[in-house]
Amino acid sequence: MTTLPTFDRPTIEGDVRPRRVSRTPRGADAVFAHAMRAVGASVLVITGGVGLFLGWQAFPTLQRYGLSFFTTEVWEPDTDVVGIAGILAGTVSVAAVAMVIAFPLSLLTALYISEYAPARIRPTLVSLVDLMAAVPSIVYGLWGFFLVMPHAAELALWLQRNLGWLPFFQVRDTDPDAAVWDTSRYVGSAFCAGIAVSMMVMPMACAVMRQVFSQTPVGEKEAALALGATRWGVVRSVVLPFGRGGIIGGTMLGLGRALGETIAVVLIISVAFEVKPNLVEIGTATVSSTIAGRFGEAGPAQLSALLAAGFVLFLITLAVNTVAAVVVNRGRSGAGVEA
Amino acid sequence: MTTTHDTAPAHDVTVRLTAVGTTRLPGERADLDAAPALPRPGLGRPTPAERFLRWAPWLSGLGAAWLVTQRLLPLSGVPWFLIAWFVAGVLLTAVVTAMTTGVTDMRDRVAESVVTGAALLVGAALLSTVLFVVVRGWQPLTHLNFFVDDMSGVGPKESLDRGGVLHAIVGSLIQLGIALLITLPLGIGTAVFMTEVGGRFARVVRTVVEAMTALPSIVAGLFVYTVWIVALGRDRSGLAAAFAIAVMMLPIIARAADVVLRVVPGGLREASLALGASRWRTVWHVVLPTARPGLATAVILGVARGVGETSPVLLTSGAAPFLVKGPTDGVMNSLPLFIYTNVRSGEPTAINRAFGAATVLLLLVLLLFVLARLLARPKRARSRPGLRRSMGASVRALVPRRTPAPPAPPVPSEENR
Repeated sequence: MTTLPTFDRPTIEGDVRPRRVSRTPRGADAVFAHAMRAVGASVLVITGGVGLFLGWQAFPTLQRYGLSFFTTEVWEPDTDVVGIAGILAGTVSVAAVAMVIAFPLSLLTALYISEYAPARIRPTLVSLVDLMAAVPSIVYGLWGFFLVMPHAAELALWLQRNLGWLPFFQVRDTDPDAAVWDTSRYVGSAFCAGIAVSMMVMPMACAVMRQVFSQTPVGEKEAALALGATRWGVVRSVVLPFGRGGIIGGTMLGLGRALGETIAVVLIISVAFEVKPNLVEIGTATVSSTIAGRFGEAGPAQLSALLAAGFVLFLITLAVNTVAAVVVNRGRSGAGVEA
Repeated sequence: MTTTHDTAPAHDVTVRLTAVGTTRLPGERADLDAAPALPRPGLGRPTPAERFLRWAPWLSGLGAAWLVTQRLLPLSGVPWFLIAWFVAGVLLTAVVTAMTTGVTDMRDRVAESVVTGAALLVGAALLSTVLFVVVRGWQPLTHLNFFVDDMSGVGPKESLDRGGVLHAIVGSLIQLGIALLITLPLGIGTAVFMTEVGGRFARVVRTVVEAMTALPSIVAGLFVYTVWIVALGRDRSGLAAAFAIAVMMLPIIARAADVVLRVVPGGLREASLALGASRWRTVWHVVLPTARPGLATAVILGVARGVGETSPVLLTSGAAPFLVKGPTDGVMNSLPLFIYTNVRSGEPTAINRAFGAATVLLLLVLLLFVLARLLARPKRARSRPGLRRSMGASVRALVPRRTPAPPAPPVPSEENR
């Protein structure tokens, strides 16, 4: 037997009114929102303060040395001749060597992990790449200085003998065909430092690339396979075009880190303030290695000059990173990547 | 059979016949314009002959490499041998594949060899780094005093059974602890602000935080050195080093946490709000617990970065040879700084000690890394299996895969020193 529910109609119409909907937080929510805003503001002040402080400190240096700060090669605070042309060139050459080594290796490793490796060991390989990125830079510095540098010097000699007509591989004041070659001219170069830096850059670039490759739509890969493509055909026609944004972005993020690398470079290089194309010849200096080497003896004026150099380095890194983020996010593959 | 006009030339007839679709025997070339049939790679398991063609070129490449490097060209040494082996292997693979199948297959095989070879090279580089440091650092680790002593009164030339790295380990832990106390609440709080509160101001904060991840770590150290030590006239101390590490880590952790919080499914938030929870309850009981593994990973990987960073502490802490427990008690050593100063001293024993300390540092990083991996694994279903599992699955689908390393330290973004 069915009974109909009886409805208690409100007798007074005015009692039932929709709750007022408001986006403004009230009560505990207001406290929460304001507290979080305060935290955000303090972080903004701290991080933004660092940037502003660097810029502000750089100002007196630029006033004092003017444009010659950017064109002077040497860093000699004692004679009041200070410029960043030499150390900027050194920074760029170390980073360039690192990227020439790291780019192909990270691209191929990312391809291997995402396309070629057996599915069973893939998570392990991903962890290994992450672990490689977590290895402290001083450890890569030890590796580069004690293990790699002697071999790198031999390789440099070989490069000079066989490709010596290229300015990169020329070493001045040496005879490559001498019976006993002068090892000391081939160590401590941008080339040696670049090898160690490339080890730090590679896992980073590789992680970004692999992440983007792994987002390739499975349907497109299977479509290529169904049309008769080989595995390389799939990679070339689907994976690489899809991941182009990730490849460029990952490389540039790596470049950003390569530019700022300090300790491994300080351990390996012999200091020389000079703009030169001779990558495998002894002697170079980067912005960060100069800061690490010179801060202790610096007076107020030189400290300001070091801060100005650091600020320029920061601006370059910032520009590189911003371009990288834009490239990664613009590509089709960038949708889900928080690079 | 279809009828044809009897005026048509003979070959026209055959074309028409096939066009209408008569049955053809294999071997009969109906369409004269079609490309000749290529042998396609088999779809099943490789036959023994195919498997032989896979590894045989590498075996013969071994012989070719020996011939080239040891007999024909003056290229002695293991590296040249390996290079020659690789080149010969790739070349022979290309030749053999081109002979048996075709150009398409040859490209595939060569690409596979090159990609695998590059991955092996990277693996070898990582292995050589870890092995080299551990092998050279093993000797100091066999002395117990290495872990329980400091270097006070111990000269760089003294043998390994005197002195140790206790002060460096303690210093590293103290500096890192203080840095973490600063960065953890601020970093995660900022991430919550950027994702959960939002607004125009949050976008400004996000832009600035992302920009500051580009700050090279040495510049962070120089900043603290200039402000804290030069301008404010304080001494070098563990506290200053902790500040430098915090300035470096703060944008990294904030950004990594932001990435993790952003992939928390919006549906979970909306469900909580629809059930009447207030916003801070939603954040506290839904968003943060869901993102917990990812946040833990982000923080620990940030810590791994912080503990290994030498350049900020180089400028700010000063290398004390003795144990310092108070962060404001003046100069304090740390593991990376200990390694750096000992290597720079050039004494063989000191360099041995540096390698020992590097092994300890590697172990510390490895420990943090494994911890991060364990925490990143989603919790096993416990109380209410059904609900847990389904929710866990949806979260798992989103969180660990898309934030592989949420910032794998390497994480893309934080990566800039």
